[in-house]
Amino acid sequence: MPALRAWVARLEGRVAMGVPHEGALGFGVAAIDAALPGGGLMRGAFHEVSGGLTEPGEAASPGIEAALGFIAGIVARAAGPVLWVAPRIELYAPGLAMAGLMPDRLILAEAGGDKQVLAAMEEGLRHKGLKAVVGEADAVNLTSSRRLQLAAQAGGALGLLLCRRAGENPSAAVTRWRVAGVPGPGRLRGQEAVTLSDMGRAHWRLDLVRCRGGEPQSWIVEACDGQGRLDLVAELGDRSAAPVEAAFGARRVG
Amino acid sequence: MARVVSIWLPNWATDRLRRSKRRSALAASDRVAWNRPLATVTRDGRRRILAAVDDAARALGLVPGMDVAHAQALVGDLALVPAVPESDATGLALLGDWCHRFGPIVAVDAPDGLLFDAGGLAHLYGGEDRLLEVLEARLSALGLAVRLGLADTVGAAWAWARFGPAGIIESCAQHAALASLPVAGLRIEAAIAKRLGQLGFGRIGQLYTLPRASLTRRFGPHLVTRLDQALGAVEEPVAPLTPVEDPNLCLGFAEPIATPEDLTRAIHHLCAGLCRMLAEHGLGARRLLLVCHRVDGVNGRIGIGTVRANRDAGHLARLLLERLDTIDPGFGIEAMRLIATRTDLQAPEQLGTLHANHSDGGDGGGDAELDMLVDRLIGRLGAAHVYRMQPVESDWPEHAMHRVAPMAETYAAALPVLPRPVRLLAYPEPVETTALMPDHPPAQFIWHGIRHKVVHADGPERLTPEWWRGGKDRAERDYFQVEDESGRRFWLFRQDRAWFLHGFFA
Repeated sequence: MPALRAWVARLEGRVAMGVPHEGALGFGVAAIDAALPGGGLMRGAFHEVSGGLTEPGEAASPGIEAALGFIAGIVARAAGPVLWVAPRIELYAPGLAMAGLMPDRLILAEAGGDKQVLAAMEEGLRHKGLKAVVGEADAVNLTSSRRLQLAAQAGGALGLLLCRRAGENPSAAVTRWRVAGVPGPGRLRGQEAVTLSDMGRAHWRLDLVRCRGGEPQSWIVEACDGQGRLDLVAELGDRSAAPVEAAFGARRVG
Repeated sequence: MARVVSIWLPNWATDRLRRSKRRSALAASDRVAWNRPLATVTRDGRRRILAAVDDAARALGLVPGMDVAHAQALVGDLALVPAVPESDATGLALLGDWCHRFGPIVAVDAPDGLLFDAGGLAHLYGGEDRLLEVLEARLSALGLAVRLGLADTVGAAWAWARFGPAGIIESCAQHAALASLPVAGLRIEAAIAKRLGQLGFGRIGQLYTLPRASLTRRFGPHLVTRLDQALGAVEEPVAPLTPVEDPNLCLGFAEPIATPEDLTRAIHHLCAGLCRMLAEHGLGARRLLLVCHRVDGVNGRIGIGTVRANRDAGHLARLLLERLDTIDPGFGIEAMRLIATRTDLQAPEQLGTLHANHSDGGDGGGDAELDMLVDRLIGRLGAAHVYRMQPVESDWPEHAMHRVAPMAETYAAALPVLPRPVRLLAYPEPVETTALMPDHPPAQFIWHGIRHKVVHADGPERLTPEWWRGGKDRAERDYFQVEDESGRRFWLFRQDRAWFLHGFFA
């Protein structure tokens, strides 16, 4: 039956759920890949990522760094040159390298505003030599996102847009993600003082907000490791013991 | 021996103003005002002084540098206009462009002159005196006061036009001709000329016999160099406005063209022709200049660059066409010239667009394709805004990477051992903190007016400044990686008891 389904899907030229597709970039996490048609993020398509939403009563904005790290991890696993366009680039090469994205693969471009960013992205996406194109913009409207999607289809690269302002405006993106940090390990319930110890990998709440041909889902994951891979956070019972404070002492530098 | 014409426009600033006013339609009453003695005004500290005066004003005793109040007291109906040195300079460049009709090598001689290389041109006009007549007649017809000097050297022609009787110094005769001119004719600072005068050396000829060592000691090396340049002992080339040696191709039109379609077709034609020329010489273009000669004598220019030598006509044309909207065709363009102002050797195999990738750090094919993308991005965003990051082995966070050209070879650098943020602020931002314990991270901090309660932290990582790099920042920093209640991770540091936010972890 799955073989038949895959065959039908291939005939219809669409990507089916649960059928691995050669154009998909998997996360290597079974639970996430299973939720995506083709078993991963499709190349030759345009995806949107935003930072977490600010809750009405919450003062602190969750920031876009988790989304930035999420994108860096995806791009790290898509080998080849990458174009990164933003109004102002604040990427830090050593930090990216720790998420597996070596800076020599990046071509960085600073574009004045949203319009120029999207235009430069489109130019990059239509281009055959790139494996991924990343843009940072405040928001994207339906027309621009459709243009990006068409450009990505023509060029075959993975298009990723980091939306600084997460909105619910319509978009032609194939998938739409929301990534925000959540309190990580090592924090004890009801504890008041600051814990000083090895932080471990950060934890993210990863929301698949929209997915063409799939259902929205959410996971709690561990941030990218040195190769840009995510991991599901183990159930509480299986978690490793909280790291001990003594581990830190041996690592002073300077 | 070279032959150089120095074109001096003694009243350039005021002539230019009159000329631009004459061209724009003015009310009759206004035109009367422009017939009065004219002077431009600038500021010297708190004084308002005259910057330039026209002939009428000069005849009435006004000189540049005079107080405006004084001048107005002397001449009641003096017309005053603010001086705009930038417009004077751009106007001079445009005039230089216009002079290209007399010969290919024209240079701007700021602030009020032009240089024109007349070597090998005189016979086209029937002799050097005829050439000067033509130049003088055409420039005077533009409403400009002009004095011309023609000599073997730039310096001699310059002095002859400004301080001599103007006209021609015969070849190799500059030594005798300059002897009786004032020392100011050597293009030296006014202060040096004044000091020479005080010492009794008023004429250039008096300097010929002086010991050069003592001249240099008293007045600096500049004076001797200028003297040698004027006499021809030291070569002084004319730096042309438009390079002529570079591969270039000109296209003239029977009828002036103005529509974008026609311009596009012309650009494609020029690019194809130029690329054929480059291919014959095994060259590729790094920088191109397209000059559009308009019917009314104004030229439009488009300059583009490529990251690697390129002679793909379609690509170069596309780069030029992206800037086409900066060209104003006016009443029509009668000729276009495409010049490869910078070229590099380009091996034939680089021509193919799908050649194998040579080890360039990147994996995956299409290096030439990537070059073209970068060219287009640079054309769109500017060369300073497209780059690569080169990691540097440095513990000081700001020094751990620097920008390199987008197609530069990058090398691998060892990474820091401890975690580094993905986003680093260009400048650390101060934060207000509440610290409970010394040598510990703060219990909470306020950044941009928002309070973050620290629940988890790691550190300190002590970083010391690299003294060998210099710089003001001498104090060491203790970095902490902290996580707030919402799970966001920050990179804070303490320096001299003050706390700063420097970056964000993913």
